[in-house]
Order: sequence, then C-alpha cells, then structure tokens
Amino acid sequence: MRLSYPTNVKVIQVPCTGRVDIIHLLKAIEEGADGVYVAGCLEGECHYLAGNLKAKKRVKYVKKVLEEIGMEPDRVEMFNMSSSEGPRFAAVAREMTEKIKALGPSPVRSNS
Amino acid sequence: MIVGERKPLGDILDMIKDYKKVLVVGCKGCVTVCNVGGEKEVGILASSIRISRKKDGNEITVDERTLERQCDPEYVDQLKDIVSDYDAMVSIACGVGPQFLAERYPDAAVYPGINTQFMGGALEHGVWAERCQGCGACLVHNFGGHCPIARCSKSLLHGPCGGSSGGKCEISKDVDCVWHLIVEKLAKQGKMDSLRKLVPTKNWSTSRDGGPRKVVREDLKL
Repeated sequence: MRLSYPTNVKVIQVPCTGRVDIIHLLKAIEEGADGVYVAGCLEGECHYLAGNLKAKKRVKYVKKVLEEIGMEPDRVEMFNMSSSEGPRFAAVAREMTEKIKALGPSPVRSNS
Repeated sequence: MIVGERKPLGDILDMIKDYKKVLVVGCKGCVTVCNVGGEKEVGILASSIRISRKKDGNEITVDERTLERQCDPEYVDQLKDIVSDYDAMVSIACGVGPQFLAERYPDAAVYPGINTQFMGGALEHGVWAERCQGCGACLVHNFGGHCPIARCSKSLLHGPCGGSSGGKCEISKDVDCVWHLIVEKLAKQGKMDSLRKLVPTKNWSTSRDGGPRKVVREDLKL
C-alpha cells in the first residue's frame, strides 16, 4: 500500500497487545515520550481470546496514574484495528500525533 | 492472605516530597498475591514517582527492592548495607512491613505505600473479600463454615438481625447477609438443629480487646 504515517511514531512490536503491561507504558512516559498508544486487534477478534481487552484495561490504569500525578491522561491511548486495515493504522498514527501535538511536549522531558 | 490497596499516589508523593533518594520496598508475600506490593507493583510505583517528579522539574532517584517477606527479621536484615544510602523508604507491604523496617532501622524514615484492608481471599481475579477478623478463637464450624464475626456487619452470633433482606445485608446490596448463608447451608445439610445450641457470650479477650497479641512457640525458638 505504501501508505505514509508520521515519522515521529516509533513502532514496538509485540506478539499480542496482551503482552503490553502497565510498566511498559509508564517507562515510555518516564523516558520522555510525549504520548504512547497501543494498537490492538479488533475487540472480540484476539487470537489469544482476550489480549486486547487486557491491554485496554492496562491503558485505563495508566491513564488513572497519569491523572493522579497531574499529567494529561490523553497521552496514553488504546486503538483497535484489524491487521488488514493499513489505512486505519496510518490514520490512527496521524490522529494520535495531532492529539499529542495539541497537548504539547511532555513535561517529563521539558522540565527535567 | 492480607489484602491491601495502594495509597493514592498524591499521598505517597506528598510523604516523600522533601527527599531526593528513595527506596521502594516490596514484599513477596500476601501483597504480591493480591497484586499491590510485589516486584511488579514496586516497578510501577517507582516509575510513577519518577515521572511525577521529572514532570515537576524536581528529579528524584527511586530504587527498587522486593524482599522475600517484610514480616521476618532475616529478610528485613538484607537491607542493612543499603539503608543509609537513602533519604527514605516507602514500604508497600501490609502494615507490618513499614513497622518492621522502622524497628530494624531506627534512623530511617519509613513510609507506608499501601492501606492494609483485611484478611481475606480472592473471589475471582481482581476481587478480594474479607473472611477473618483474627478473633483468636475460631468458631466457623458452628456456622456451616461461615464466620459471622468477620462477615456479619454486627458480628452477631445468634442469627440475623432485622436488616437482612433477600439474602443481603442492609448496609449494602453488595454485601451478603452471612446469616442468610449460614441458615441456607445448614438447612441444606439438615443440620438446622445445631443452631439451637446456645453459643455463650464470646470471650473477646483473645481478640484485640485483650490488647496487642503475641504467639510464642517454645518448640520453635532457637
């Protein structure tokens, strides 16, 4: 398809979003990422049955942590798409990039 | 197990606001099993603290350590060479942990990172419920295996009160009336007669009413 998406998005591959833990999302924020999102399969279509649903709950937990420490919870998001939806992957990358740009740089990076 | 809940991050951050180097200490006992104070949660709390302090431009060093248990001196001892490197320690064990750390290291500033809730078990993944109040004289065999002390809001020993309705306790529709469960169970077992037995006034001196308790086993002492 040769679709393009913003170059600031760094993809980290995992076998299933069920592998993504709270600490992974926090580490990204701690190391200065302006935002981090999990791109999982469509709900109800997880090859491992509930990996993407677990990831969704973990994203929610991290949002709560960010809220508790006074950071924008929107810096962490969960998206769902099928592996055949290349255009949606690119669209989500653009959507998230725009959202994070609107929030501005992470205070973790700019204040330290 | 002893079940706890993490204190709000704001409370923990406030406790350590004046420190620059902190050790978060976890426990591999009960609090690991109820996912509130194990190695994983130590990592999450430490990272959350670092993020918050970086965000405020007030960086902090947070190291992580998880002991086998914080309620045994030999494991608490394992911190002896490093305690003086830190301004403070945040223990995310049950309430015993921070006390054992504070007793063993009298010069250290020790803070509790979790609110200890109760002795209980897991009803399902992520849901825990109280089952024991540590009264010091177990009576569950008299009540079909249910404890009316821990599970009845009034700790009644002679049947339900007027607040029992449809199997629930009047304090909340989420709380079972344990007396409803007791009667249901004994009726099913054909042992309702056992409830005719008069349970004498409970001697609460074996519970907290007798003051702080201690168990001594001479056969185990070294």
